[in-house]
Amino acid sequence: MTQATRETETGVNGDAAAVATKGGPGAGSGLRGFSRDDLHGLLADMLLYRRFEEKAEEAYAIGKIGGFCHLHIGQEGLAAGAIKPLRADDLVITAYREHTQALAKGITPRAAMAELYGRSGGCSGGRGGSMHLFDTSLGFYGGHGIVGGQIPLGAGLAWAIRYRGGDQVCVCFMGDAAVNQGSFLESLNMSAVWQLPVIYVVENNGYGMGTAFSRVSVTDMEARSGAYGIPAHTVDGQDVLETYRFFEELAGQVRAGAGPQFVNALTYRFRGHSMSDPVSGTYRSRAEVERHVEEQDPITILRDRMMDADLLTQEELEAVDAEARAASEDAADFADASPPPDPSTLYDHVYAEINEHGRLFLDGRGKGPAAGAGGPAAPGFGGGDHG
Amino acid sequence: MAEITYRDALNAAMCQEMDRDDSVFLMGEEVAEYDGAYKVSRGMLDRYGDRRVVDSPISELGFTGLCVGAAMTGLRPICEFMTFNFSFLAIDQVINSAAKMMYMTNGQVPVPIVFRGPTGAALQLSAQHSQACETWYVHAPGVKLVTPATPADAKGLLAAAIRDDDPVAVMEGELLYNVRGEVPDEEYVIPLGVADLKRSGDDVSIVTHGKMVHVALQAARTLARDGIEADVLDLRSIRPLDVDAILETVARTNRVVYLEEGWPFAGVGAQIVSLIQDEGFDDLDAPVVRVTQADVPMPYAKNLEQLAKPGVKAVVEACRKVLYLPAGGR
Repeated sequence: MTQATRETETGVNGDAAAVATKGGPGAGSGLRGFSRDDLHGLLADMLLYRRFEEKAEEAYAIGKIGGFCHLHIGQEGLAAGAIKPLRADDLVITAYREHTQALAKGITPRAAMAELYGRSGGCSGGRGGSMHLFDTSLGFYGGHGIVGGQIPLGAGLAWAIRYRGGDQVCVCFMGDAAVNQGSFLESLNMSAVWQLPVIYVVENNGYGMGTAFSRVSVTDMEARSGAYGIPAHTVDGQDVLETYRFFEELAGQVRAGAGPQFVNALTYRFRGHSMSDPVSGTYRSRAEVERHVEEQDPITILRDRMMDADLLTQEELEAVDAEARAASEDAADFADASPPPDPSTLYDHVYAEINEHGRLFLDGRGKGPAAGAGGPAAPGFGGGDHG
Repeated sequence: MAEITYRDALNAAMCQEMDRDDSVFLMGEEVAEYDGAYKVSRGMLDRYGDRRVVDSPISELGFTGLCVGAAMTGLRPICEFMTFNFSFLAIDQVINSAAKMMYMTNGQVPVPIVFRGPTGAALQLSAQHSQACETWYVHAPGVKLVTPATPADAKGLLAAAIRDDDPVAVMEGELLYNVRGEVPDEEYVIPLGVADLKRSGDDVSIVTHGKMVHVALQAARTLARDGIEADVLDLRSIRPLDVDAILETVARTNRVVYLEEGWPFAGVGAQIVSLIQDEGFDDLDAPVVRVTQADVPMPYAKNLEQLAKPGVKAVVEACRKVLYLPAGGR
């Protein structure tokens, strides 16, 4: 597959007129309240996310990225629309399709790409990989790999905000399939009991891996939070402006004490579940995917609105896209040049505190006062080459 | 120094740490209004209020994950399980979140949390409430585990666990809560990773942890009537493990019995035997013998339960075996 066909159509290759505008005539009114700079900012953000992930896709294909790699392509409107309106000290936690959310919260393309490459310059030092991007100094709490596992953690982040008397908000993302985990129900209940400042956001792309939500769920998504008295909202995640406005207001309400909220954000995944999954196949048709790519691309939707309102020229679009491509190339170059983690650090950070007494590792290789400083390594392990 | 119960010693440790550090809070089922299912947190709701002493719903996965999330921001939750048997509902948050967070974030996110509650069997609680859970926790790098056997150790080890920057499981015993003993009144902290020789004798070493320390001491008294003097080494801390103390007793007696409440298959004792054969093999005069629970789910019937539990008689026989003495001590 060539670079050209892998790229999702965003109209920047000279076919700007080809894509229908969502919302039809008058959709330009949706721009109200956004300055020209705001709009260009959101467009640039989403283009960066798109180009970054296309670069990751390319790197995966040639083996520079390993393991699981879940692309967010098609869902960028949610990353920008839900995270950009937040304050810098608000907290975000999410699942494993999180590259663009990490970028939205401020992790640099370099640090994110180097993490995907498993390099020491990565935001998790190469120990996490695609599914575990972290930078807590930016309020980005990962990057979690077990479906639904991050939901009670998100409740805990919100608990900590309330415990300390802070006015931050925690936004906890999950895929639609996660709402069938017990962790979701338990977290909603506790969040409601304690009125925690948390917004649970379902990125509802319709499929848990290859199983349509409706095939394994008896109720609508909106009904999921009602039993806990948590207000449910539905937002069109492909419309970044609607999403942005919505989250700006909702975060303000939660900050002011409105309690937990539940957001059903409608979106669509343009790629397979992971890199090992075809874009279409047994569970969804090629036509379905193509229809969404044509009609529901959040970047195209914003682009057309801006152009219709004479707030974006083809030249400007090409310039901002060139920047996004350059930043992604630069990120890949940085990742390539970043050294892999030093082998001597294998046992670093298993524990935050190496106790003064006793041994934490019994394989004869782990460092610690007893195994390292306290005399020769254990005989009989043949581990002499491991320091 | 006052003589208090193990239960009150745990309470004293929590109060000691909550007094000095506002980031410490207690959450679990029945810990607040009910004063704790085993009354360990008696009076703490009145003393600290419902911000810091919090009744959770019966949602082990949920409240454990919530506590881990809070710990990820630097709070120091004490997450109480009514018994560690119930923590299996929460094991994803213990292993996949708490244990691995520090590592997969490259050291950005320590998780200074305590998981505590009783482990192992009480009396006729049958299969689902009688399990010794130590192995499940120490198997995962990233978790620490202590198993206090006496009131003083309960206070000192729980205090150390709360101050530690990593996830620490503190496994207690339902049958230990009423045990009385001398406990320092003043601030008291026992460093993790330091075993305690609860009895000294040069003929044979009984190495053990937790509630079984008391069984070991009784076995040692029985052996003494036959002129056999046993070391009883209480590990107190399984991870970190006081390897030096183990090797010291092995070197002195050359004969070792490992006693634990859990099952034999991949049990703590299996690890200790492996350690001794790796690092103390030349000091052994006999193969190490393990005394464990029978390799069956705990039965309810009194007679079967007695058969399944590791008891004094089995320990005495194991000691005689490593001493190459005929079976049938007193």
